[in-house]
Amino acid sequence: MQREVLLGDEAVGLGAIHAGLSGVYGYPGTPSTEIFEFVEQRTAGSGGVHAFWSTNEKVAYEEALGMSWAGKRALVCMKHVGLNVAADAFMNSAVTGTNGGLVLAVADDPGMHSSQNEQDSRVYAQFALIPCFEPRDQQECYDMMIEAFDLSEELALPVMVRLVTRLAHSRSGVATREPRPQNALHPTREIRKWTLLPSNARVQYRHLIDKQPELLRRAENSVHNRLTLAGRRGVIACGIANNYFLENVDDGHDLSVLSLAQYPVPAGRIRRLVEHVDDLLVLEDGYPVVENMVRGLFGLDGVRIRGRMTGEVPRTGELNPDLVRSALELPPHATAHQPSPSLAGRPPALCKGCPHTDTFRALNEALSEFENPQVFSDIGCYTLAAFPPLEAIHSCVAMGASIGMAAGAAHAGYRPAVAAIGDSTFSHGGITPLLSAVQQGVNLKVIVLDNGTVGMTGTQRSMSTGDALDHIILGAGVAPEHLRIIEPTPANHAANVQILRDELAWDGTSVIIARRTCLEAIKRKAS
Amino acid sequence: MQTNIILAGVGGQGILSIAYVIDNAALDAGFHFKQAEVHGMAQRGGAVQSHLRYGDGPIHSDLVPTGRADLVLSVEPLEVMRYWHYLSPDGWVVASVTPYVNIPDYPELDGLIENLAEFGRVVLVDSSLIARAAGNLRAQNMVVVGAAAPLLHFPDSTLEKYVEMLFAGKGQKTVDVNIRAFRLGRAAGLFFRGLVDGGLSIPDAVRLCRKIDPATVDPAHGPAWAAAIHGDRQLLEQVLAGESTVPCDRVAAPA
Ligand code: SF4
Repeated sequence: MQREVLLGDEAVGLGAIHAGLSGVYGYPGTPSTEIFEFVEQRTAGSGGVHAFWSTNEKVAYEEALGMSWAGKRALVCMKHVGLNVAADAFMNSAVTGTNGGLVLAVADDPGMHSSQNEQDSRVYAQFALIPCFEPRDQQECYDMMIEAFDLSEELALPVMVRLVTRLAHSRSGVATREPRPQNALHPTREIRKWTLLPSNARVQYRHLIDKQPELLRRAENSVHNRLTLAGRRGVIACGIANNYFLENVDDGHDLSVLSLAQYPVPAGRIRRLVEHVDDLLVLEDGYPVVENMVRGLFGLDGVRIRGRMTGEVPRTGELNPDLVRSALELPPHATAHQPSPSLAGRPPALCKGCPHTDTFRALNEALSEFENPQVFSDIGCYTLAAFPPLEAIHSCVAMGASIGMAAGAAHAGYRPAVAAIGDSTFSHGGITPLLSAVQQGVNLKVIVLDNGTVGMTGTQRSMSTGDALDHIILGAGVAPEHLRIIEPTPANHAANVQILRDELAWDGTSVIIARRTCLEAIKRKAS
Repeated sequence: MQTNIILAGVGGQGILSIAYVIDNAALDAGFHFKQAEVHGMAQRGGAVQSHLRYGDGPIHSDLVPTGRADLVLSVEPLEVMRYWHYLSPDGWVVASVTPYVNIPDYPELDGLIENLAEFGRVVLVDSSLIARAAGNLRAQNMVVVGAAAPLLHFPDSTLEKYVEMLFAGKGQKTVDVNIRAFRLGRAAGLFFRGLVDGGLSIPDAVRLCRKIDPATVDPAHGPAWAAAIHGDRQLLEQVLAGESTVPCDRVAAPA
């Protein structure tokens, strides 16, 4: 037995490889990126595992589903909001079911360290009616991946493994097993199952419903859902919350505890706990999913249920050992020093010399003749241009949303409607709204910040940069004379401002590509 | 036994490299360990921290609870103050006094050192000075690991083994520079404590250390320096007023 130091993300990747993985799919997004990267690096050169970043999460999910259709094991990984993009394929893959094992590893971001919201993917698993594992530590990340693949093939369903930032980005020693060989190519022949015409879909959906008692039985009997009955005060600790709970109690505690790591929620075990206690604290790093299920609409007679909904645990934000300590009504630990109030903050910022800085300086100047101009933007390093000193962008909602929102504002009569989007974000979600805008002849100015990479998540490969990007934009129907390419440097500032002004003065859809390579990407290439 | 460390610094300062060295030393020693780190947006020049825990029993939480840290290890003085409420009542600070100024409202350095001096249980080293002496300004993170080494539970040879592994891909020269940074940092930390334990005030000890050639620092001379300055305050002023640095053994054999 070997031991390796692995991030939670990496342990997920290694578990998948050792489960006989044939393909890994995904789009970079904190805190999930390292899952894909680990598989890619670990299997590089061996030729055995297909590893190529997808244009977005929906594409990734569909590619993984195709791999499963062909009988092989596929891992698809993404951050929580990525699952919104993949949701169409995801929800329907539960209806078709799978052939080769299909595991979705999704990393949630409670506390929004690097995200726009803190949605809880366990709700998605429930919504799609599929099983979900919620590992408590790095070892379980590894072990549960192997189990998830087996379960997926056994039940012919996709299986979710849900991580949170803190586990995704925490390292520990992991004991590993002998790898299992990959599946042979074995395409499914069940055409009706995979063709969700209403008549087939009704049958398949019925199958999915019929599988539910079995899913529940698995969770009830799961070794991962551990119930210990002791005193009249109870705790349900889900996933990583169990670690924070254990951190705060010693072996001699008298609490009755259900530690949960496999879903659907095991109602039988919860009933036994609830019947045993008169006070129940529910600890979850995410939404109060289990807490609300246990409470129902009207609560339970004779049992006080506490958690995020009752204020013992804050309703929002990441869970941590201190919050759990106070929820357990234990006194805080003495400390050597009080927190320092009014300490100078140190927010993240664009790298010194980043091409985006020059682009936004030029844009700010070109827009200065308009009254209170606002710029729709997107997700990437350039989102940091919202902060001083640039304060150049004024929205960030969803991948690719800048273009659609700017178009909508233009429809309403807003001038000038400007969108700023990175090259990779453009390939992810910007092409279709641009196509839409061109078809309508919207007065819209799209700045594509082409730095040749996915900068924010660690310089992964971009799908639409350089010539490919130009071709896509022209192919979408943008008039060639209104596709302008600038090189954002301090020396070109005046010329770039002029080009932007010219395009702002024209009534139609323009695209200005600001092309200069990300400094971090240059550095990484050199090292 | 359980040791909890908060590693602190600014994105780009190599906090994760420090973590790599200590993580692997912990694994090597057969300890349980967990180490939570920050990826993504904050790495772009923002405040970053990593929680590192090891011990001979299972480690539950990936995060160090408030009041349970034994050590805040920071590559930068201001960042210490973001985390010192994590320290247990007898916790220590090991930090560089080289400020990383990338914000407009960075406080006065002297005031920061004053705050650290008030705290008392500190090991302060000037990482930029020492890293430069070791051969590369980028090795400041290894200087700080060196300074912290006496507070950890591993033989220096184990820590050095992983410094070597960490930089092996970058060539022998980089390995040598970083090993040197580690050793000079270790010596500087011990020397600093020798001065303070010998009665020198913390701000004076910081000032004096800046004036001693980092490549010559030998912890054995710390108490002698402290005693000499105690006997003759002029000596300190003299050294501080000098244009260049002095060798550490000058106290034993005054010029
Ligand atoms: S990583 Fe690249 S794109 Fe991001 S801030 Fe740095 S230079 Fe700019």
